[in-house]
Amino acid sequence: MTIERVTRKWKNSINVVTIGNDENKVQVGGETTLPFLHDEGEMPHKPVIALEVYDQVPDTWTDSLLETLGDVVKDPVEWAKKGKELGVDLISLRLTKHALEENPTSPKECAELAKAVSDATNLPLIVWGTGDKEPDNDMYPAVSQALAGQQCLFGSATEDNYKTLAATCIADGHNIISESPIDINICKQVNVLVSDMGFPLDKLVIFSANGPLGYGLEYAYSIMERTRLAALGGDKLMAMPIIANIGPEVQRAKEVKASVEEYPEWGSQKERGIGWEVATAVTYLQAGTDILTMCNPEAIKLVQEYIDGLMAAKK
Amino acid sequence: MALTAMDIYKLLPKTNCGDCGTPTCLAFAMQLANKNASLDDCPHASDEAKDTLASASQPPVRLIKVGAGDKEIEIGNETVMFRHEETFHHACGLAVQISDELSDEEADKEIEKINNLWFERVGEMIGVELIAIKETSRDAEQFAGVVKKVVEDSKQAPVLMSYNPEIIGKAFELVSGLAEAKPLIYAANEDNYEQMVEIAKKHDVALVAYAEGLEALADLTAKIADLDFKNIVLDSGSRDALDVLNDTTQIRRQGLKNNFRPLGYPTIAFATEDDKEEVVVKASTYVAKYAGIVVIKGDEPWQVLPLLALRQNIYTDPRVPPTIEPGVYEVGEVGPDSPVLLTTNFALTYFTVLAEVEASRIPAYILSVDTEGQSVLTAYSSENLNAEDAAKAMNSSGLKDKLNHSEIIIPGYVAVMSGSLEAESGWSVKVGPREAGGLPNYLKEYTS
Ligand code: SF4
Repeated sequence: MTIERVTRKWKNSINVVTIGNDENKVQVGGETTLPFLHDEGEMPHKPVIALEVYDQVPDTWTDSLLETLGDVVKDPVEWAKKGKELGVDLISLRLTKHALEENPTSPKECAELAKAVSDATNLPLIVWGTGDKEPDNDMYPAVSQALAGQQCLFGSATEDNYKTLAATCIADGHNIISESPIDINICKQVNVLVSDMGFPLDKLVIFSANGPLGYGLEYAYSIMERTRLAALGGDKLMAMPIIANIGPEVQRAKEVKASVEEYPEWGSQKERGIGWEVATAVTYLQAGTDILTMCNPEAIKLVQEYIDGLMAAKK
Repeated sequence: MALTAMDIYKLLPKTNCGDCGTPTCLAFAMQLANKNASLDDCPHASDEAKDTLASASQPPVRLIKVGAGDKEIEIGNETVMFRHEETFHHACGLAVQISDELSDEEADKEIEKINNLWFERVGEMIGVELIAIKETSRDAEQFAGVVKKVVEDSKQAPVLMSYNPEIIGKAFELVSGLAEAKPLIYAANEDNYEQMVEIAKKHDVALVAYAEGLEALADLTAKIADLDFKNIVLDSGSRDALDVLNDTTQIRRQGLKNNFRPLGYPTIAFATEDDKEEVVVKASTYVAKYAGIVVIKGDEPWQVLPLLALRQNIYTDPRVPPTIEPGVYEVGEVGPDSPVLLTTNFALTYFTVLAEVEASRIPAYILSVDTEGQSVLTAYSSENLNAEDAAKAMNSSGLKDKLNHSEIIIPGYVAVMSGSLEAESGWSVKVGPREAGGLPNYLKEYTS
């Protein structure tokens, strides 16, 4: 029996965002179809993975993950080099020490670190602040300038704090992450605010403050699906690639944090950490995520293979 | 797919005879579209009209039941492609596949392990509901032996996996109580479907139809439907994540958008590779994207737990904020000097706080304030969590009679309301951590 296939064709495409310079650039977006339905449109750029690198050892991560990563976590430059070994597409550098109450690092030190990470890996950079308005706004211009011409992705612009970041990224030619708290209207609003500053829409990436598997994943999952459907349907203010925070969020889940002694019925903590990160990543990919930020080397390998499989031309 | 009044009108005789009790065919069509009338009321309706209406009134994805009693699950009857459009109605079943070549001892061990794959999570019991016994022994007695153990000793309903109708038929003979356990039979194919349908009909159980590709699958289910059997689950033969994703998506669309009966059934998908991590990768895809049953190979809790949590998330009804009854909850052996924690009645927040308090092993009271199911921050910014209402909840809770103190711990995110809350309630207010994860340490210090 022949089947009249139901296919969905879309009038709009997702913006292509280029991160990095001529030598190391990574491109994301450009979809004219829902995730991995290659028969119905194009996915010209595969979803990419960024390795999470912090400027200090994250104090909320599990020992299990820290042991897996090893000594490199004490040195962000060495940590980032690990990303190179793993074959990730980008480094997601989290600057946090400038927001410390005691002995914060200076903007200049932040800039030096970011530059060192960039030089050591030659991978395109995502640079995040902590979300604390004042220290972030002191830090952004210095780091942005030090990386001028690298076309990094800076995070993040929010409804109440976007002006400094937008101005400095326009000046230095960077991309921006536009962040909203699991709310599709605010998502659009931030995009409007940033673009009203003269920032080009096609240099924006959307972040909807997603949670990990088991902790409100479904909210961000549906926000991503709605965003993507609106964008493909023609809404240019939503047509940005999507970034999802995977690794650090997963480190908050109880099922990852709990030791085997506390919950023997849950099995190996090491494997649990991998499984949770992988399942979170896979699910957000299915909702339309273009950039995943991840922590666990084993999970990264598995998701890399998964993406390659999904991007393979259909038989 | 629902028919409009105009669609129905076109099928009616258009004579406006009034025998249906409605003056015109159009008015009658409108009543039918609104489900306020039955086509039986029109004595002149053609057979074509009857057929079309009958098929349009069936759910686009058929509801299938597997298992019996408290092991019964329902799958299918889905109405949307995206959960935000309404909700996904019937959580997919999760099956662990085992071999029929296990020795008695191995089978016992395996079943015990799978029985333990049940967990309590945010107030709900979630777990593996099915065991798929895969026949490779070619030995009906061997197969029946393992099936018998599953029926008798497991918490799961069986899936009988063999293409050999004799082996399946024999299992029903040899294992008493098997038909009553309502197993799922896997699978009917082009060669065996007549015998398989006969067995499934005889025992009134569901049957998987297996064919490679959607065209062949539709041919097969049409033939099975001609045998007057529709208790079907679909397997399009794909085993690669990309192919399964494309097939399950197309099958769901065929049901919803085309009302194409031969594919209007739930699906079964397999993540049964040897690589334990790859199983999690693939099965996560199938849980998110439309499988009715996901069969995995592997019985490790670290494999199963993320899949169960994912299923719980994806099948949460987005129309209802998950709430719990506001009020006082006692955790552990509380006494008059136990700490009191304030939180919202958003279920996720409450259960997260509960889990951390339990983990701290410090008995405590949790006061859940009615925030209309909003989380701490959302409730605070929408004023569903405010000092006045919180104070009322504290003072009408009866807690004062149970306590020898009047001190309450509020979430760190709403530290700003501590002053006004003290003034409103007369309690002294302590500011707790922002995230529930900080509670065990906080409580340890608090009580020391
Ligand atoms: S009985 Fe049938 S033919 Fe007569 S008016 Fe009603 S719908 Fe029309």
